[in-house]
Amino acid sequence: MDPAYSVILFTSSSGAGYGLIAWLALARLTSLWEISPVAALVSCLVALALISTGLLSSTFHLGHPERAWRAMSQWKTSWLSREGVFAILAYPAALVFTAGWIWPKISPAMMNAAAALTLVLALVTVISTGMINASLKTIPRWHNHWVVPVYVALAAASGGLLFSVVLAVSDAASTVSLVAVLGVLLISWQIKWLYWRFIDKQQPESTTGTATGLGHLGTVTQLEAPHTSENYLLKEMGFQVARKHAIKLRRMAMNIGLILPAILLILASATAGALQLALLVIALAFGLSGVVIERWLFFAEARHAVTLFYGRSL
Amino acid sequence: MALHQEQVDTSPKISDEVKFTTCYMCACRCGIKVHLTDGQVKYIEGNPDHPVNKGVLCGKGSSGIMQHLSPARLSAPLKRTGPRGSGEFEEVSWEEAFEIATGWLSDIRDTDPRKLAFFTGRDQSQSLTAFWATKFGTLNHAAHGGFCSVNMAAAGLYTIGGSFWEFGEPDWEHTRYFIMFGVAEDHDSNPIKSGLGHLKTRENTKYVSVNPVRTGYSAIADEWIGIRPGTDGLFVMALIHELLKARKVDLDFLVRYTNAAWLVRTEQGHPEDGLFVRDEDGNPLCWEKSNDRPVNALLPDIAPELSGIFELDDGTKARPAFEIMAMRYLGQEYSAIEVAEETGIPAETIRRIAAELAHAAFEQEIELDIEWTDWAGRKHDKMIGRPVSMHAMRGISAHSNGFHTCRAIHLLQMLLGSIDCPGGFRYKPPFPRPCPPGPKPTGKPGQVNAGQPMPGPPLGFINGPEDLLVNEDGSPCRIDKAFSWEHPFSAHGLMHMVIHNAWASDPYPVDTLFLYMANMAWNSSMNSKGTMEMLTDIDETTGEYKIPHIIYSDAYASEMVSYADLVLPDTTYLERWDCVSLLDRPISTAHGPADSIRQPVVQPDRDVRPFQDVLIELGARLGLPAFSNEDGTPAYPGGYPDYLVNHIRMPGIGPLAGWRGTEGDQHGKGEPNARQLERYIENGCFWQHHLPDSQLYYKHANRGYLDYAHQMGFIPNADQIIMQLYSEPLQRFKLAAQGHGDVQPPDELRERIENYFDPLPIWYQPIEESLVSLKEYPIHAITQRPAAMYHSWGSQNAWLRQIHGYNRLCMHRDLAAELGVTDDDWVHVESHHGRIKAQVRTMTGCERNTVWTWNAIGKRRGAWNLDDDAAEGEKGFLLNHLISELLPADGKGKRRRMSNSDPVTGQAAWFDLRVRISKAEAGDEVSEPRFEPLQAVPGVQKRPGILRFGEQFLPKGSWRRKERS
Amino acid sequence: MTGLPKTTRKKLGLVTDLDICVGCHACAVSCKEWNAGGHSAPLTDTNAYGKDPSGVWFNRVHVFETQNEDETRTVNFPRSCLHCEQPACVTVCPTGASYKREEDGIVLVDAEKCIGCKLCSWACPYGAREYDADDGIMKKCTLCIDRIYNENLEESERKPACVIACPAGARHFGDLGDAQSEISRLVERRGGYALMPESGYEPVNRYLPPRPRKDRAGDTGTADHLDAAENAVDSSTFFEWLDKALTR
Ligand SMILES: Nc1nc2c(c(=O)[nH]1)N[C@H]1C(S)=C(S)[C@@H](COP(=O)(O)OP(=O)(O)OC[C@H]3O[C@@H](n4cnc5c(=O)[nH]c(N)nc54)[C@H](O)[C@@H]3O)O[C@H]1N2
Ligand SMILES: Nc1nc2c(c(=O)[nH]1)N[C@H]1C(S)=C(S)[C@@H](COP(=O)(O)OP(=O)(O)OC[C@H]3O[C@@H](n4cnc5c(=O)[nH]c(N)nc54)[C@H](O)[C@@H]3O)O[C@H]1N2
Ligand code: SF4
Ligand code: SF4
Ligand code: SF4
Ligand code: SF4
Ligand code: SF4
Ligand SMILES: [Mo]
Repeated sequence: MDPAYSVILFTSSSGAGYGLIAWLALARLTSLWEISPVAALVSCLVALALISTGLLSSTFHLGHPERAWRAMSQWKTSWLSREGVFAILAYPAALVFTAGWIWPKISPAMMNAAAALTLVLALVTVISTGMINASLKTIPRWHNHWVVPVYVALAAASGGLLFSVVLAVSDAASTVSLVAVLGVLLISWQIKWLYWRFIDKQQPESTTGTATGLGHLGTVTQLEAPHTSENYLLKEMGFQVARKHAIKLRRMAMNIGLILPAILLILASATAGALQLALLVIALAFGLSGVVIERWLFFAEARHAVTLFYGRSL
Repeated sequence: MALHQEQVDTSPKISDEVKFTTCYMCACRCGIKVHLTDGQVKYIEGNPDHPVNKGVLCGKGSSGIMQHLSPARLSAPLKRTGPRGSGEFEEVSWEEAFEIATGWLSDIRDTDPRKLAFFTGRDQSQSLTAFWATKFGTLNHAAHGGFCSVNMAAAGLYTIGGSFWEFGEPDWEHTRYFIMFGVAEDHDSNPIKSGLGHLKTRENTKYVSVNPVRTGYSAIADEWIGIRPGTDGLFVMALIHELLKARKVDLDFLVRYTNAAWLVRTEQGHPEDGLFVRDEDGNPLCWEKSNDRPVNALLPDIAPELSGIFELDDGTKARPAFEIMAMRYLGQEYSAIEVAEETGIPAETIRRIAAELAHAAFEQEIELDIEWTDWAGRKHDKMIGRPVSMHAMRGISAHSNGFHTCRAIHLLQMLLGSIDCPGGFRYKPPFPRPCPPGPKPTGKPGQVNAGQPMPGPPLGFINGPEDLLVNEDGSPCRIDKAFSWEHPFSAHGLMHMVIHNAWASDPYPVDTLFLYMANMAWNSSMNSKGTMEMLTDIDETTGEYKIPHIIYSDAYASEMVSYADLVLPDTTYLERWDCVSLLDRPISTAHGPADSIRQPVVQPDRDVRPFQDVLIELGARLGLPAFSNEDGTPAYPGGYPDYLVNHIRMPGIGPLAGWRGTEGDQHGKGEPNARQLERYIENGCFWQHHLPDSQLYYKHANRGYLDYAHQMGFIPNADQIIMQLYSEPLQRFKLAAQGHGDVQPPDELRERIENYFDPLPIWYQPIEESLVSLKEYPIHAITQRPAAMYHSWGSQNAWLRQIHGYNRLCMHRDLAAELGVTDDDWVHVESHHGRIKAQVRTMTGCERNTVWTWNAIGKRRGAWNLDDDAAEGEKGFLLNHLISELLPADGKGKRRRMSNSDPVTGQAAWFDLRVRISKAEAGDEVSEPRFEPLQAVPGVQKRPGILRFGEQFLPKGSWRRKERS
Repeated sequence: MTGLPKTTRKKLGLVTDLDICVGCHACAVSCKEWNAGGHSAPLTDTNAYGKDPSGVWFNRVHVFETQNEDETRTVNFPRSCLHCEQPACVTVCPTGASYKREEDGIVLVDAEKCIGCKLCSWACPYGAREYDADDGIMKKCTLCIDRIYNENLEESERKPACVIACPAGARHFGDLGDAQSEISRLVERRGGYALMPESGYEPVNRYLPPRPRKDRAGDTGTADHLDAAENAVDSSTFFEWLDKALTR
């Protein structure tokens, strides 16, 4: 699949935003972390900005962004619709939750309710995003049980890295909390690793033989494509990253997205103050970059059934 | 749910107006319905009533709109201002264009009309252009047939009085066994596709395709025979061998309809050895069994011998042609085992095909309950058919042994008794015609005179050496050397040699080369690069171009346009009158004769004129008889439509056969009818006569049909048409080569004539193949036509060029492995003549040592108003750069380099090409040779980057109507 | 509207006979031509006269080769929307622009609702969805909805453009939901099949498989060679069999 930058930006940015706000909600609900209200407010705004940037950027790849509102109508059947609906529903909850940090009119109970709602909606929105991909039978590398967990886990991890910066700003980045973030980071990349292992072993049912129904005549190869130049289908669905290249990129994603932030997190837990903050900001930058690479690969490694008609394999 | 469903308008108005006309996206000439909205062409579909396509339409036909709207259309006459090939032109008025042309042409006509070489491409106005040349007085005229498929036409017309090409068709309804040799697409484009679909959908049929490549038609064959190029003759002769050996031949058919029983003089050394023996009246003789006497072979009810040596009263020894034929092909050299290696077809396959043919012909005989009367007036209550049919085209004809190979196929058909019978090959009227048909070519010394028309048409069919157009010393009279000792039966001329010969002043220089609708600076020339050089070569003594003047009519900015001095821009096919005449290449079917017209469905928006109008006006300005009246006024002031209606070629016969006579109630012959074109338009722009059932078959010997054909003027008399299994005109040349007769070949050509002229089909190695080292050039290279592209025109078509934007060199995987190349690799391909670079595609459906590519996809950069970096120029390529118009020299430089053509007919031998292939070093992924991009000629339109054809028909105000244009 | 109708009253669709398809692209181009000026107008082409031209086509013709131990074959293969019964291209659509008609099963896109998110094209395994970037909407084979019911056309012409055009007669149109229809019987007779059944999309269109070759001894019920007659090649005796009186 063509790794469209708007979609990569959308999923990684909104994922991080939902992740962050979820951590904040968790913080509010559990009181595990001491965060200054101002820092929390700013963090919530950052999360909302990330979410909004993501959602906005997702409309960039629409042919008719001005009609984007229509995308909410088919929640009964369409995960894209559902995602839209949940994203929209999440806004008021998140706004209340954000304002609640400093606006006294919002009662603690309301605040807790808003936090809980925000947490749930952030989760279902990210799940929906994952489901948009995971529901596509046409793309075996997406249509599996690992995709949604990956989306959720990586959202939690990038949100976690953001959250650790918030903690540092609030001077509350305790070793325990950084270890928690580290744990989430490790788990999320572990899931991703399992995903990769899964798709590498996957034996897709469909071949050019089943696609054309000519399999009974033997191996089916393409002699001539319908057109000598590339068409929409091939540009959109036919993009394929070379296996060798993909392996390299996977390693790079892991190094940048997991190893470096993990080391930095460990270092950060041993430091404090500006140094700690700096280490965590760098960890965050790496972590998010890792997710962007991962997301790019998620598309680039995906093979669409239509390419079978062009003599390729899934 | 249903509540929210969009309301689709399922009955939109399709157009304001529908006009019928004839497609010209290729030469198949299907009937079309053109839908117009707001005066613009909106949609083109097939005409269901039309005899050719019966409603279907091919991909080219459906994309006619894009041809009609092509930004490469020319828009005004052009006069060259820079050097040839530079593309520097100025637009001039038609008046100026006419003045320039008449200036050059009247000088020529007044001094030496031969100095005009007027050659036309695949147009359908051949009867007009040939007539014009005749009246101008030049013998140097032909259309494209010489580089196309004259081998098929000539072999057929000399043998069975009809031919494959588009002059005949299999009986798709009844045939059980169909063999197709060397066809990718053919002129009968839609009918063949429909026929194959039909045939394969019937039970108990078999379709065999003999073709080195298995694509398109061959892909759906029940059996594909991947023959080695150039060896079909051997394969067919082996089939004949098997059939003869098993005595599976239709003797009745041979005796009734062919010259199998005619007596051939067998006296070695006699000046008439090998010719038929005849009575005082010139009738051929055969030996009557019952009274053991010679008898006029043309009489009915005789019982002739087919074998034996007979002595006539004057002591002449003679034997029936059949015996000579049988003796030859019974020879061991034609056995399946012997030919297997050369043809690449296993002996078992050859034997099996022979058995299947015999089975279909003789054990699956079909009978139609149709009464008919034969040529001798005998009534028959049934039509009996041998349901075996054949078709062949350029895979046979584009080899230098194609004439004989095609004759071998016709011989096989005769032996199986399957010509114009139910289930067999069928003639399309006006065929069959006598073999060979008249008239003879004109242009002998004395027939071409300053200021005079020629006494007859330049092209025709010769019967013997005395009909050749040669000078006293045997040298050719024509610029293309047609009808000379080099290729005597060149019924269609040799368009592929004109530029070379004119450049070389061999046999003499010309002053003006007048070309119409042929892209000679590119895909229709052999040696395209050399051709461009010849067109721009300057004679050092005069400082002038070696070919001083070039006039060219094209409708688009083709490669050739850049090489002309004067460009006469034609309209598109939707903007003019045209005529598909019975005098030319008609659209008849086996069910009856038909002809058609094209009417302008829209008016041109540019300063262009239909070429036919231009030619008629030129004729009038030059004062050519028949184009101007005695008082100097034009004979056809109304231009081409005036000519179509009022021109009379022979008494009662004009360009169009339908609705003649002042009342419009006569067909075939009749007075001109002022309303004739209207009647055509009312009938969907075509006319068709349905033959009564009794005339549908055996047209060569069917009293009713022969009388009808004679009355229509198709044939000079209503005599039976006898197929020439044994060809006397060929033997006459052999005799001449042996020194007999008054008209003698030059000594240097004696052996050639002796070798290649034989009254019975022979097989010889294709000539290029026999002259190059097969070790050095071990691979065959051929082209095929893609169904969705017509030669060079299609590339300007925004839709078709998406399908075929560039071509690949396709080869068998085993060959690729041997060469160490794989898909997408680039290779150099070299012949004795040149070298190209191309990109590889591997496959399995291909003869092991044959590579092939789609024809004419590669373009010269800058031509056709495409972007300079368009794939056609970057990755597309032509094999033409590898094909020389001359045969390779013999090393010692002793032999004159003859044209790369069939020695009998002059047919261009495109497919004799032998090459070697090597992997190209990594580098630029572009094809070679690479030429400088051509400069855009003035008048071509700005090409849109984004094309939104169709939006203009949306309702006004629709947001989808952006009309950026 | 992204919900699928439980059943459709008809299952209109196409049947393509791969046994006689010569790969001529006539169906593809006639489809382009009809639809360019029809319901989905225009079918935009970009770089029309330049490098890498590309355009919206509802029907595209592939050529495949097949190979097993015994034989290799070439098969021409047109591909267009199969008007699936369980089309995820419809259910994934977030706007309801993509829908399956209850009355005849045709899958369409409502040009006024489509936001051009392309998700339906991701969901179609058959590559039948064509994004028109210039219009910003998804387009696809309409089964020529503006022809097949068009009262401005003769009854005999109310068929999809590709079916009418196909010179080989390889394309058929009809109600595949009606077991008695001509087209259903054709499918039955010829063992028509659905593409990629494992997709679960339940295509309506069917393909008729290429028939087995008849290129081996016995395939046509004929002997595999002719028995040479006695003295077949001995010229002195060969002609003895010609004693039958043949009259002209
Ligand atoms: N390698 C190789 N070369 C071949 C062949 C092959 O098989 N292999 N085939 C050969 C054969 S059989 C043929 S017939 C030739 C064909 O070759 P050409 O006769 O050159 O055919 P086209 O490329 O169609 O070019 C015809 C010209 O007519 C112009 N034209 C189109 N429509 C009109 C019109 O309405 N009016 C006018 N005045 N001009 C128009 C086009 O723009 C084009 O320039 O190619 C030959 N060359
Ligand atoms: N779509 C389309 N239709 C056209 C044209 C076009 O350009 N495009 N051009 C028109 C013109 S001008 C012409 S002349 C006709 C020609 O129509 P065709 O006769 O179909 O001409 P080609 O495409 O040259 O096909 C030649 C076939 O012969 C095969 N072949 C080559 N060598 C041999 C051999 O030695 N033996 C056998 N058995 N086969 C061999 C090739 O593989 C190829 O399939 O088509 C006309 N129709
Ligand atoms: S075969 Fe195609 S291009 Fe040729 S005349 Fe017919 S419809 Fe037109
Ligand atoms: S028009 Fe018919 S024969 Fe040609 S590609 Fe389409 S289905 Fe095949
Ligand atoms: S073929 Fe594709 S576009 Fe057509 S209905 Fe099926 S899934 Fe949808
Ligand atoms: S592109 Fe249009 S039709 Fe397709 S899913 Fe998106 S909104 Fe629906
Ligand atoms: S049914 Fe109509 S829209 Fe669909 S492929 Fe055929 S011509 Fe195109
Ligand atoms: Mo030709």
